[in-house]
Amino acid sequence: MARDRHAKGPEAEEEADGSSGSPPGLPSRLWRSIFRTPLTPRTERERKRVVLNHLVLHMRPVRVPERTIPFRHTFGLGGMSATLVGLLILTGVLLMFVYEPSPDRAYGSIEALRRNVRFGGLVRNVHHWSANLLVFVAFLHLLRTFFTGAFHGARQFNWVIGVLLLIVVLAANFTGYLLPWDQLSFWAITIVTGMLGYLPVIGEGVIRLARGGTEIGSATLINFYTFHTTVIPVTIVGLMAFHFWRVRKAGGVVIPREPADDPADKPATVLFVPSLLMREFVTGLLLVAAVMVLAVALDAGLGAPANPGMSPNPAKAPWYFLGLQELLLHFHPTWAVVILPGLALLGLLAIPYLRYDPPMEGAWFVSETGRSLAVAGALAAVALTPLWVLLDEYVIDWSGWLGGLPPGLSEGLVPAVVALGIIWAVIRLAGRQYGGNRQETLQAAFAFLATALVILTAVGVWFRGEGMALGWPWTP
Amino acid sequence: MVDRRDERPPTEETGTSRRSFLSRLWLGLGGLALAEYVWLMVEFLRPRPDPAEAAGVLVAGPVEQFELDSVTAFPAGRFYLTRLADGGFLAVSRECTHLGCTVPWMADEGRFVCPCHSSAYDIRGDVLSPPAPRALDIHPVRIENGIVKVDTGRTLKRRYFEASQVARA
Ligand code: HEM
Ligand code: HEM
Ligand code: FES
Repeated sequence: MARDRHAKGPEAEEEADGSSGSPPGLPSRLWRSIFRTPLTPRTERERKRVVLNHLVLHMRPVRVPERTIPFRHTFGLGGMSATLVGLLILTGVLLMFVYEPSPDRAYGSIEALRRNVRFGGLVRNVHHWSANLLVFVAFLHLLRTFFTGAFHGARQFNWVIGVLLLIVVLAANFTGYLLPWDQLSFWAITIVTGMLGYLPVIGEGVIRLARGGTEIGSATLINFYTFHTTVIPVTIVGLMAFHFWRVRKAGGVVIPREPADDPADKPATVLFVPSLLMREFVTGLLLVAAVMVLAVALDAGLGAPANPGMSPNPAKAPWYFLGLQELLLHFHPTWAVVILPGLALLGLLAIPYLRYDPPMEGAWFVSETGRSLAVAGALAAVALTPLWVLLDEYVIDWSGWLGGLPPGLSEGLVPAVVALGIIWAVIRLAGRQYGGNRQETLQAAFAFLATALVILTAVGVWFRGEGMALGWPWTP
Repeated sequence: MVDRRDERPPTEETGTSRRSFLSRLWLGLGGLALAEYVWLMVEFLRPRPDPAEAAGVLVAGPVEQFELDSVTAFPAGRFYLTRLADGGFLAVSRECTHLGCTVPWMADEGRFVCPCHSSAYDIRGDVLSPPAPRALDIHPVRIENGIVKVDTGRTLKRRYFEASQVARA
């Protein structure tokens, strides 16, 4: 085990008690045996010591660089993700007391929760909104860490842990989605597990494993429930501990710099307690309050009970997979479900391990050039993604035009190469306009792809109606 | 005589190399125990035999009961028994080959239309319009003494409709 060098300091050994006079009574001795430092430290010495001597706080540093403190550096997004996971665990445990994971009883148990349990509906809503917010906040956190270049050097592997966290968070959301067992959840899970069938060779087996059989039924429900309430939470908490530890080992979050600053400057530091701790605490409390308001105002809803004999129209995946489902409307399934997402994931994991000349960290968008490139990438995606969706819907007919080719080529390889070619051209054009080193150029590509994902998701959520035909959200 | 200087005293390296071999062995065994647990989990997640699937053969009824060019739903078996215009039978699965929605038979249009992403199939289960990548699955049909029986325990995947798939009295 790595030994914490701070904990070996002489300060940690001695009693926190400087008083003299009459010996303390039993209650006060008992209290001090549990809390060896005052819980509300007043002196600087006490503030340092509370970090070292506290089970939870000892994972945190004693001092942090002053410049990393302001809210708009990290926007507190990592801490917010952690807060949401905490809320999910607290509310999830409550839900487990009432929820019954079998096809006959699941729907009824949620109905009973809403009707007969005081605050039952509210707790479910908090779980629902925290889960959906978590995907959103973790995505923003990913953008923050990318665009402040917080993935170099000591932070390389922490980016990878972050990507794993994102995957597990999606898995948690996905397994939770089935549990209410209404039409929405049943068919969303049908569709997404159906996508797995397009994995080459192993597809059939993977579907059977995911569903616990050929159909979605009691085996699926109990498997999903068990993953959702045991394996996944334990994995998330474990990965989070690893993630935070790595943040600490990297000397805290990346230090914000102006591009012109000298990287060799030693930053001034402040004490963790209270400077950072109170900010984190307040951010967390405000977030909890916001989730509460959301949970009171917007009900998570419960549709008609699941009916395997009747699919709703349209049947959509959960919103965070609608970008994927949108791809499926434009590319051959093997490309939409396997190759393109696989490439995206590989690219995401590769980001910290590319060679940068030089690696730049701490400054938003690296430089003015980097900012221009990122904006150019995002704007190009705003223009081109809807155009692609519209053209592909109404004009382009790949398999008709390329009649002789097998669909894997005409509807997979060819459009994929065209799309990647367009992205490449955009980056080249932006590069010609603004110049830029590798990290700055990568930002253009990343901004393009992230924006395209957001737009495809929005199209799937709001602009796909009956039969997944394009339409306006306000004309049902 | 043995030259004692040639005899190398047990050095630190040999000592530690034996010890490091042992500790690596222990580590390996620990890893093995973990791997066994993963294996156990896979075994527990392996689909258990489905009683509905194992039940196998579903008796649909006498041949005359089914009109020519008609489609009859069997919700319990999750399939449609279609009788083609020429009198042949097909047991067509109701599960869309695109992503698995349940396809209803549209009697007035004379085709199956998937509500999820509008794939359409003809009465034989052949694809009329994508995104469905292949024809609807079928179950083997047997006709014994004028009684139509469908083996729902077996599902046959097919790309297109072929005449050989049709069961005849
Ligand atoms: C990152 C962590 C988690 C995420 C993202 C998550 C997500 C979800 C989602 C999306 C639902 C469906 C809610 C709905 O819309 O009806 C759900 C339901 C549920 N979750 Fe979680 N959850 C998480 C952690 C937990 C934990 C730790 C537990 C229990 C220990 C839990 C227990 C439950 C139960 C019992 C339900 C069924 C009740 C219902 O559907 O409302 N969850 N979860
Ligand atoms: C449940 C999900 C997650 C939680 C709870 C979490 C939590 C945190 C926290 C508390 C920090 C400290 C600084 C900050 O607040 O920004 C942090 C830093 C970091 N996170 Fe996450 N994170 C999650 C997901 C991710 C994801 C999806 C990524 C990206 C792929 C990521 C990559 C990073 C990196 C690279 C850092 C270091 C940032 C720096 O040094 O400035 N994390 N994370
Ligand atoms: S599931 Fe039938 S068309 Fe998509």
